[in-house]
Amino acid sequence: MRLDRALLLHLAVLAALLALHFAAPPYHHSNIARIMVLAIYAMGYNIAFGYTGLLSLGHALLFGAGLYSAGLLVYHGGAGAAVALAAGVLAGGGMALAVGLLALRTAGVAFMIVTLMFAQAGYLTVLYFGAWTRGDEGIVIPQAARTIAGLDLASDAPRYLVALALFAVALLANLALVRSPFGRVMVAMRENEERSRMLGFNPFTVKLAALAVSGLYAGLSGACYALMFGYVGAGLVSVQYSILPLLYVLLGGAGTVAGPFLGALLMFYLIDWASALTDAHQFVTGAALVVLVLFAPKGILGTLRARWLRWLP
Amino acid sequence: MAAVTLLEARGLTRHFGGLKAVNGVDFALDEGEIHALIGPNGAGKTTFVSLLSGRIPAQSGTIRLRGRDITRLPAHARVRAGIAYTFQITQIYAALTVFDNVALAVQGRGGHPLAAQAMAALDRVGLADRAGQIAGTLSYGHQRVLEIAMGLALAPLLLILDEPTQGLAEGEIATFKDIVRSVVPQTTVLLIEHNMDVVMGLADRITVLNFGEVLATGTPAEIRANPAVQAAYLGG
Amino acid sequence: MDFGPYLLLALMEGLVTAAVLALTASGLSLVFGIMRVVNVAHGEFFMLGAVLAWFTSQWVPGPPAVAFAVALVLCPLIVGAIAALADMLVLKRLHYEPEATIVATIGLLYILQQAALSLFGPDARPVPPPFAFRIQLPWFGYSGYKLAVVGAAVLLLVAVWLILRHTRAGLVMRATQIDRDTARAFGINVDRVYAGVFAMGAGLAAVAAVLIVPIQQAHYLMGGDPLLLSFIVVIIGGLGSLRGTLLAALLIGLSDGVISTFFAPTLAKIVATLAVALVLVFRPQGLFGTRAA
Repeated sequence: MRLDRALLLHLAVLAALLALHFAAPPYHHSNIARIMVLAIYAMGYNIAFGYTGLLSLGHALLFGAGLYSAGLLVYHGGAGAAVALAAGVLAGGGMALAVGLLALRTAGVAFMIVTLMFAQAGYLTVLYFGAWTRGDEGIVIPQAARTIAGLDLASDAPRYLVALALFAVALLANLALVRSPFGRVMVAMRENEERSRMLGFNPFTVKLAALAVSGLYAGLSGACYALMFGYVGAGLVSVQYSILPLLYVLLGGAGTVAGPFLGALLMFYLIDWASALTDAHQFVTGAALVVLVLFAPKGILGTLRARWLRWLP
Repeated sequence: MAAVTLLEARGLTRHFGGLKAVNGVDFALDEGEIHALIGPNGAGKTTFVSLLSGRIPAQSGTIRLRGRDITRLPAHARVRAGIAYTFQITQIYAALTVFDNVALAVQGRGGHPLAAQAMAALDRVGLADRAGQIAGTLSYGHQRVLEIAMGLALAPLLLILDEPTQGLAEGEIATFKDIVRSVVPQTTVLLIEHNMDVVMGLADRITVLNFGEVLATGTPAEIRANPAVQAAYLGG
Repeated sequence: MDFGPYLLLALMEGLVTAAVLALTASGLSLVFGIMRVVNVAHGEFFMLGAVLAWFTSQWVPGPPAVAFAVALVLCPLIVGAIAALADMLVLKRLHYEPEATIVATIGLLYILQQAALSLFGPDARPVPPPFAFRIQLPWFGYSGYKLAVVGAAVLLLVAVWLILRHTRAGLVMRATQIDRDTARAFGINVDRVYAGVFAMGAGLAAVAAVLIVPIQQAHYLMGGDPLLLSFIVVIIGGLGSLRGTLLAALLIGLSDGVISTFFAPTLAKIVATLAVALVLVFRPQGLFGTRAA
């Protein structure tokens, strides 16, 4: 990968996060671990939505695939965390392929509804098989199972470092992807699909590949969430969790690499702060969506890039 | 020297409900020629080239490119096979730079090295000095030229141009004619045109379409002299 | 009870569901058909109708029938006004761009749901029916009110159809649906038409909720199911086709009634959800719609 200011910027972000490991007080420390895991999810969403232009309302299905594969393998199957993590990633990617093969036959509004419906069906399926999944109540993953390579994911410090390591891999892979030839084709497909078709690019395969990569990220995030925070429940596969990555990406900047993380960070703390003042934090989410789409559809980094920092990937 | 057939269409048909847009058209393109497709509005010209480029599927008939049957091939695969199409209404990546636009075309073909070949294509059409400009901010004429550059960057066997000079100023039309003359005979050119000066000045052969059917095919002189064509289209 | 009467009971329950669903879904269908907007907050307009009906029942003195009558008129008007406001402040500024609109209506969903939670509370609360009248059939007794709901829904739907087909307002709406720009050129204030249509769609959902709330209870999360079912109905019936919407509502309402009686409701919902997705994938025009551009 080119050693230029874009790469240096993202490495700086990672360095800052590493520094926070030593500097942050415990409350924020575990928050940031959680934010990093959710940011992986949001980065995956961004690959489909921000870069390729696929507005999915059903990503909770992919997150859930990772969450439940990892969770159920550990809880019922006694598998180790590493295996569960790998399974989660593959489950996310596989589910994305399956959904994509059908959903990508539609576009625009129909695509949004189809993905929403598939995700809803997934959520209902989790409830239906409550005997295994314990539905809304959920499953608590035993602490003993949450160790990877000798690191206890249930305790703050190892969890943060593992999360940071995975986040770093996800971030740098994302950066490499968007600057690669395929990344350019993703953007081309978003900008003008017909033109791209007439330059020899197959819209279906490009979009399917983007969706599959998006699923790998979502699956990784879901599996991490299960293993690191020890809880798997139907609420994590609800519509709310399809909207969350969209919100993070819109706020941070769709089509930018660091945008999803920034959006996750800000939104998390915005809701955190609002929750301290009032019970009505859903209002914050709703208002944020409306304000963003009305006045700042490019998000923070997107606007920054358009106005001043053209080189920001 | 005998003409080699690059593209051959037989019995090509496409209806839209009750409208017979293209009705059993037989058509053959020689390698290295500049062939113009003319006819009144609604004659089916754009539909016809859309059938050739694969943007619209044919309902019956066959298309062969250098003998290979491409009738069932989807549009993007036909581009890879060597057919490039520039749109009647300019379709460029307005939000990307001029360079990025052409680079994508080179990438689509798998060209190496990317940057050098993209700049070369821009050079040929005279847009090299605007490489960093956002494509959407170009003048209309320049956007159309950019689109031709993208077509050239694909290094196609066949370049289909759909009303390329529409909206261009005189000087730009002259530049356009030079560009087209420079690409043959390595590339064959099929162009839809209403501008008779351009047609008569460039074309080796002309096909006249009317109501979805071929009215006449021949050299510019033959077409000019054809009474049926005169009655239907040229006036007089 | 034997199978026959049991099935009849299931069908009658399904008919009530279908009636309310037809009203709710026609609101969604109207908005999509004329404005080309998918309103994800439609279920929340439904919920607001029910919640406001509860407030009405608390504040209007006298027998329940009076409060109910007031609610039947007032609640749709209030919800319609809220919808019109949302349209003018937000949707219009987005130029009704499809993806932006959906994101904005998701935001609206959260805002309305939160408003209900904060002002109404998390509990489910009952609203007394205007009358308690039982019809005695040979096999079982049945609530007369439920039959009245079906009747009321039919009347309202006929009224909507009459408005669309036989009034000037309806003509204006249909003209705007066919060609927005031409309508504008003819002097039709498209912005006002859209605000009105959005209000009408919301009002239909609200009135459906007022009708059903004496049977169900009012709860701040009650908008989710009607939204999903309305989506199913509108897509299977064909986006933009009112007739298709009504037929699909009948089909789905009846089958939902039957399936829920004999099978697990969750399974029924899974099948219905997947059916919507697959219809959109393989037959996007639904059963009666025309292929939209």
